[in-house]
Amino acid sequence: MTDTADTETAEGVVDEARSALLEALVAELGDSLVEHHLVPGVDLWVRVKVEAFGDTAEYLHERQRFRYFDFISAIDWLPSPFGRSLDAHVDNSIGEVADKEAVEMTTGYAGGDTRFQVFGRLHNLTTGLGITIKADLPDDALVVPTWTHRYPGAEWHEREAWEMFGITFTDHPGLRPLYLPGDFEGHPMRKDFPLLARLVKPWPGIVDVEPMPSTENPEDAS
Amino acid sequence: MTAVSDRRQLAYVAAQAADARVNIELEAEGMTLNIGPQHPATHGTLRIVARLDGEQVVEAEPIMGYMHRGYEKLTEVRTYPQVTTLVNRIDWLGSFCNEVPFILAAEQLMEIEAPPRAQHIRTILFELGRMAHLTLFLGDLGVQLGAVTPVFYAFRDREHVLNQIESATGGRFHPNFDRIGGVKDDLPAGWIAETKQSLTKVTDFCDLIEDLLFGNEIFAARTRGVGVIPADVGLSYGLSGANIRASGVDWDLRRDAPCGMAWDKVDWQVWTHPDGDAYARSWVRLQEVRESAKIVEQLLDTIPAGPIMAKVPRIIKVPEGEAYVPTENPLGEMGYYVVSKGGLEPFRVKIRSASFNNMSIAPWLLKGTYVPDVITILASLYFILGDIDR
Repeated sequence: MTDTADTETAEGVVDEARSALLEALVAELGDSLVEHHLVPGVDLWVRVKVEAFGDTAEYLHERQRFRYFDFISAIDWLPSPFGRSLDAHVDNSIGEVADKEAVEMTTGYAGGDTRFQVFGRLHNLTTGLGITIKADLPDDALVVPTWTHRYPGAEWHEREAWEMFGITFTDHPGLRPLYLPGDFEGHPMRKDFPLLARLVKPWPGIVDVEPMPSTENPEDAS
Repeated sequence: MTAVSDRRQLAYVAAQAADARVNIELEAEGMTLNIGPQHPATHGTLRIVARLDGEQVVEAEPIMGYMHRGYEKLTEVRTYPQVTTLVNRIDWLGSFCNEVPFILAAEQLMEIEAPPRAQHIRTILFELGRMAHLTLFLGDLGVQLGAVTPVFYAFRDREHVLNQIESATGGRFHPNFDRIGGVKDDLPAGWIAETKQSLTKVTDFCDLIEDLLFGNEIFAARTRGVGVIPADVGLSYGLSGANIRASGVDWDLRRDAPCGMAWDKVDWQVWTHPDGDAYARSWVRLQEVRESAKIVEQLLDTIPAGPIMAKVPRIIKVPEGEAYVPTENPLGEMGYYVVSKGGLEPFRVKIRSASFNNMSIAPWLLKGTYVPDVITILASLYFILGDIDR
């Protein structure tokens, strides 16, 4: 899954537009493009080096007509240190509890090497293609180039990522809290920040399990 | 002259000087006007701090977070079926439309598709949600410009649509009706005929509003040429929905990004307007209500028979992967970037809500406008605070 996917599915569908875009990106970025993942007919993911995060957006804006800014945010790949302790016993009884205890860090499409990853999405309205651009941040330097020069709409998104994850965007016009009060301490969206509501009052869990319409084969339930 | 009166004299002179200094500072720095957090024009608790020079806005900064509920964090401790309850509350006027993109993203990861009948029902409810949402906008727009009458008609006629949503789903505002693999229930008996009647009520309302508001000279004077957004600026801020279509960008996710809904099966049109001002944005929304009525009308006639749920496991576990499926919500593009690690809960959900991007242009747009136009611009951008604060 984290490996480079083929441009052909089992049905032999070839996604020409996205493959061409990917080839252009590989040619332009060279070594800066670390990994990519293409699901034909669905979407394209690329992972670039953090220094090239701004340049990739610049290239897509200038040369590939990706003019529409979608969003920019971050992922904390750390498995939640609270595990199922925040869940109710009722919830623990359904599904397999065992795989919840897994603690090794896994990363999604286009892979990842470090704990924090920023990802942004751009759109080309002429061809209708979207692309998700990711970049890994080293743990000791959570700094990433800003997108606000090309996409002023990124300003609020970057402020949100800054306060929620503690990621700094260089050359941002004003990194100040967007949602949180000015004296708030910590970064709430990090996985090691506890969901305080759950700690104060435990979640009651599923009290009313609704039977799904397709119950003729209960053995299929997994 | 005694020492005491001397001191009084000095104090008086000092006070005079201080007053004068304050006056000079006021003149140089202008006035700071605080709008909100409880202003009726803010659809919730948005606060706008505007620095004025006379009647002109020098700088305006929206301050939000008064209603932030932390849904992105909460989704990480909820199972997939539980998340739809949360997302209902994001944009509370078009609740059903919030559920659909999340369900579609989960379905994409699970590689299942809703049966055709469920797709039709979904699309019908989606468009009914849009009609209820934008009907209220048209009335509310009048109220914010000082015309009180339209809002009463809007509340009256929106009720016809809400009644249909309620009789099909059981909830007026928060249906929580969409399921991974289909919808919760089939349509009740007689619903199709009743819905058709309510559609005529809404199209009549559109004609009424067109006469009352859009044909009104004062309305045109207040909105034409106010808050003009050029297309390229709008795109770089990520504006979507009627806001970007009013700037002449012919882009509608319903038509341009088919995603397992029934929009491609009926005949309808995407409306754009070249002007990009407050009038254009309102006009495009008026046409969209009419288009929605057209879509629903055709879909009601062509609902296929069959099941309303695909075969899904009883306990829903979404395979590892990432998906983003945006849909064209009443406010604009809405989507959920869902990261799954194969468990019962999503690992990370980034909520890309339309109002957040639509509002981020406000500091740019409000600069240099006049105070009464601030309200016009905010009303015409049309945001729901829950959609900004999430």
